[in-house]
Amino acid sequence: MNACGKVHKYGNNIDTDVIIPARYLNSYDPAVLAGYCMIDIDADFAGRVKKGDIMVAGKNFGCGSSREHAPIAIKASGISCVIAENFARIFYRNAINIGLPIIECKEAADEINAKDEVEVDFDSGLITDKTTGKTYKGQAFPEFMQGIMKAGGLMNYINK
Amino acid sequence: MGMTMTQKILAKHAGLPSVEAGQLIEANLDLVLGNDVTAPVAIGEMEKFNLKGVFDKDKIALVPDHFTPNKDIKSAENCKCMREFAYKNSITNYFEIGQMGIEHALLPEKGLVVAGDVVIGADSHTCTYGALGAFSTGVGSTDMAAGMATGKAWFKVPSAIKFNLKGKLNKWVSGKDVILHIIGMIGVDGARYKSMEFVGEGVSALSMDDRFTIANMAIEAGAKNGIFPVDELTVEYMKEHSTKQYEVFEADADAPYDEVYDIDLGEIKSTVAFPHLPENTHTIDEVGDINIDQVVIGSCTNGRISDMRVAASVMKGRKVAKGVRVIVIPATQAIYMQCIAEGLTQCFIEAGAVVSTPTCGPCLGGHMGVMAAGEKTVSTTNRNFVGRMGHTSSEVYLASPAVAAASAITGKISSPEDLV
Repeated sequence: MNACGKVHKYGNNIDTDVIIPARYLNSYDPAVLAGYCMIDIDADFAGRVKKGDIMVAGKNFGCGSSREHAPIAIKASGISCVIAENFARIFYRNAINIGLPIIECKEAADEINAKDEVEVDFDSGLITDKTTGKTYKGQAFPEFMQGIMKAGGLMNYINK
Repeated sequence: MGMTMTQKILAKHAGLPSVEAGQLIEANLDLVLGNDVTAPVAIGEMEKFNLKGVFDKDKIALVPDHFTPNKDIKSAENCKCMREFAYKNSITNYFEIGQMGIEHALLPEKGLVVAGDVVIGADSHTCTYGALGAFSTGVGSTDMAAGMATGKAWFKVPSAIKFNLKGKLNKWVSGKDVILHIIGMIGVDGARYKSMEFVGEGVSALSMDDRFTIANMAIEAGAKNGIFPVDELTVEYMKEHSTKQYEVFEADADAPYDEVYDIDLGEIKSTVAFPHLPENTHTIDEVGDINIDQVVIGSCTNGRISDMRVAASVMKGRKVAKGVRVIVIPATQAIYMQCIAEGLTQCFIEAGAVVSTPTCGPCLGGHMGVMAAGEKTVSTTNRNFVGRMGHTSSEVYLASPAVAAASAITGKISSPEDLV
């Protein structure tokens, strides 16, 4: 299992209010949420993002509110993986539970640039920046976690 | 090796003699909480997967507090979904408009959480109940759905940071200033994944309302939970509000801590967090001249009766500055009535403020005080992220009820000591 796509790059402490502002939380339809994903920090993200693209950010990604709408919006926008130096704990849990692949790697988060073409191998945790040719070692996804991702989330996984 | 307060509570609920940081456990839950934003997603998940029924109708709390009284049609549909689920499953603790309050003020008031409990809530400020010596933490809607169906949740046992408090707070300084001071010191990820344990002789000088405020904002330092030891004041509070059996857990003398901070409460000044992170703190004497457009006094952080009392004591006999909108939101119906009984509501209205029914509304830019481009609010809430309370160019300054009330009178960020 792997992800491959163009990078959208952000800084530290990207909070769930900018990932999906509360004014859109009166809906939990993934397609609706995707249309407003990142709107308060990157207004044309929703129009620019292509299926399979990868998000790269600094530390404490997803801090703030517990809204599961945040990883749902990112996943529905087409993002195939989020790479960050580290994640806020509720976001980390929510992302796994809804089947959005996330991986922690400080070097990759520091060095990978916006618009680079990046590939992530979930079996090995290997991150390859195809634009610069550099590789980085993130944490491999354990089998059960890959199972959750493949099933499209925890509830699907449990139900199988 | 010894265990922290949090580790002991988790061990007991996992049926284990001991646990250590990093260990994965499955714990039995005493309460599962959801609101009108997060519960509908969880209910949708339960229905999608045909999960019939809840594990215990008495151990689920559903509180429509975020976009209520319904701000628009979609919000009304979400509340309707939650109401129908509550009726269908005979949920004991569903709080309709008229009985509800802001969830994290309401649940302790209704006696639904006591010391030693393990609580998950699909709201990040669920960590508030650590003030009572409970383990409580925020989760997402999927965890809430699984929790409602099974009464269990998995946790990675957290390590802890110890905050050794001594001394007592000066006049006009409150729990809000303590937690803003701490977040300013350790940063918004300073306690990421960890417990914040507040201990020491200084705890006894903090009111329960101060402790709720401090535990409430543990999440703003990235913490999994914030927790206080149980003392006479806690027991008194629980006896007044609850009939539930409580259990006191104390940290072992040799419990491991990643870091220990000694804090003298007497040295803390009124503190304001500037946009756009709660860690951007300044003491009131270094704020400078910042003109404001709006003041919000309320929320799960600072909408309790002592917050209302201190705000009213500042505003009594004074008038709100021209051009400033002041919104006061008692957090529950009981607090609202108490405000009326004590004449606080009259103080606020005579000063030129509006007093709202309980709602989270303005804190997350939902309704009841959304800001236009470029506007500034001094708020007793908990987050000042970009766009949190309205337009992306609006600004939120987090402060105590005393500072918020003084700012309402002067029209710029002020201390009550600045008032003549």
